[in-house]
Amino acid sequence: MREVDRRNKYDRRVFLKGAASTVPAAAVASATGLGITDAWAEDAKALTPATLKTLVKVARDIYPHDFLADRYYIVAVKPWDGKAAEDAAVKAMITDGIARLDQDARDRHKVPYAQVPWEVDRVALLVGIEQTTFFKTLRGDLVVSLYNQKELWPKFGYEGSSAEHGGYINRGFSDIDWLPKA
Amino acid sequence: MAKFDQNDSSVVVIIGSGAGGGTLGNELAQKGIKVVILEAGNRYEIPDFINDEWESFTQLAWTDMRTTSGTWRVAKDFANLPAWIVKAVGGSTVHWAGASLRFEEHEFKARTTYGGVPGASLLDWPVTLAEMEPWYAKAEFKMGVTRTNDIPGLPGNNNFKVLEAGARKLGYKTVHTGNMAINSQPRDGRGACQQIGFCFQGCKSGAKWSTLYTEIPKGEATGNLEVRSGSMAIKIEHDASGKVTGVVYADSQGKMQLQKARIVAVAGNSIESPRLLLNSASSMFPDGLANSSGQVGRNYMRHMTGSVYATFENPVHMYRGTTMAGIVRDEAAFNPKRGFVGGYEMETLSLGLPFMAAFLNPGAWGRSFTAAMETYPRMAGMWLVGEDMPQETNRITLDPVAKDKFGMPVASVHFDDHPNDVAMRTHAYKQGSAIYEAVGATVTYPTTPYPSTHNLGTNRMSEKAKDGVVNKFGQTHDVKNLFVSDGSQFTTGAACNPTLTIVALAIRQADYIAGAMQKKEI
Repeated sequence: MREVDRRNKYDRRVFLKGAASTVPAAAVASATGLGITDAWAEDAKALTPATLKTLVKVARDIYPHDFLADRYYIVAVKPWDGKAAEDAAVKAMITDGIARLDQDARDRHKVPYAQVPWEVDRVALLVGIEQTTFFKTLRGDLVVSLYNQKELWPKFGYEGSSAEHGGYINRGFSDIDWLPKA
Repeated sequence: MAKFDQNDSSVVVIIGSGAGGGTLGNELAQKGIKVVILEAGNRYEIPDFINDEWESFTQLAWTDMRTTSGTWRVAKDFANLPAWIVKAVGGSTVHWAGASLRFEEHEFKARTTYGGVPGASLLDWPVTLAEMEPWYAKAEFKMGVTRTNDIPGLPGNNNFKVLEAGARKLGYKTVHTGNMAINSQPRDGRGACQQIGFCFQGCKSGAKWSTLYTEIPKGEATGNLEVRSGSMAIKIEHDASGKVTGVVYADSQGKMQLQKARIVAVAGNSIESPRLLLNSASSMFPDGLANSSGQVGRNYMRHMTGSVYATFENPVHMYRGTTMAGIVRDEAAFNPKRGFVGGYEMETLSLGLPFMAAFLNPGAWGRSFTAAMETYPRMAGMWLVGEDMPQETNRITLDPVAKDKFGMPVASVHFDDHPNDVAMRTHAYKQGSAIYEAVGATVTYPTTPYPSTHNLGTNRMSEKAKDGVVNKFGQTHDVKNLFVSDGSQFTTGAACNPTLTIVALAIRQADYIAGAMQKKEI
């Protein structure tokens, strides 16, 4: 069977250019090869860097994929800063939502959410707010803003657009080789 | 290409350009009858289609506001998206999978065969299979359905091979790559399937039949068909005698226009069609057009559906190739020993990664969900589709509050599963899982129904005027020159995918309309 190359096959510059409007600092950080520094959160317009960093942690706890670096979660949640800058209600929803989560964390673990060391304990805190508009809105957005990043598709073994490659007629549409003989 | 005057009251106006409307429009045009199709959506051509699920959804899907109620899970997870259908020229034939199956004889006689099922508003169709057979044959020829007319079946993809191996192990007999309106070899000026996948996003090779690039251009070539895209029907008008006289519609600029008509045929899918009839209420027809029975909007059916995905030790890459070219038909038979009436089909299905995330278990999060997502390349998938029970209370009504941008009440969709639907789905989940477990699935996922793709029954056919909205030709019982031409005519839903039957009915209806026009009956 033809396996999918799990390495990122997308043009890195195109990816970064595409993401540049939303995450310039993240783009710079990963383009320089230095990995993600906190720089990406420092240019926030409406949300505090601490709120944004907690959002990234929350995003990872909602959809934890250990083979994904933080930059994918940053791309997924950073647009909330822009939305918060345009809409006071959005800003309040995010700010209040994170504040409550931090408060719950302090009540239970004496530290803010992002510093609660074990995922299982953070998830228990998320379960506590699962029915809030904040959580539902965040999760509903994240299921698209995370999984719709073309750059992470190869990591999940998904090949994306196929018509420009002539479909799969010569690229393994029927190459399964492990089934028992019918 | 024809261009008809809005005051030309000799034209047939068809609302909608999908399987029903697009086919009817071409058939009438071929007979020399002047036709104006009003299509709410825009016109995209094959090069415009996008191999990207969300981008394509944004391009093609009907996302105008709708509301929902009832106990179905869609009302909770997708409160304003009860149906996944298309708003574009070609209608839902742009995104349909291509499965083209005939009803079984007993499925036209559901009331007689199943008896009185409590809570169900079952009725026999006023037509029989024998009556429909020649029209099915014409539809299969027109659409180039595989395994008919000496057209070979499509080759099986990886997803099919898993389904087939499991089904054979379980002893199922009727297992093949389906009766698909997708070219397995070049035909009718269109090429053979390139196994692209993305059948639901518009076929980039044109191998799959769609009215967009078959019926509609053929009709336009006669000079008798004009398609006005971006034209949203608002209201059907009538005269003092109760005959319809034209259609008010918002043009692509949002300006109100009136197209006069000799005949109006409604084919806007089973949510918009009843909505339009209800929104066309007048002092003469206070409950809506063609609604003296009170049946407009009722008996909404969406098929018993669900999916089973399964994870294996080894890769499958289910998304490669034709999405639905694979079927197990053994459970489609009528066998009440299983604890329910009606039957169901099991058909291959795959979603890309973005849609899998959205639909595998809507609302789910955390490690059990992401663990499933990480098995994506090792997944196989099938769709379950079976006959659901019509119920009077499953119904399209006008929302009392929400209005569209033209100020018209939007459709509100109420749906509760019937106990028979639940029993069938439970059985289908079990059999679907067993198929995959027979060939080594390590996990199976009984996946909840998606927003409805098969919307049926809301203007149903009936022998007697009091039981339904239209007669056996789709002509409304109340208004002689008003027709319904889409799946909303369905008296009951049968187990199989509805498009072939919609097309067969449209070909037959064109014949009837042409005859009635010639005899000056309408």
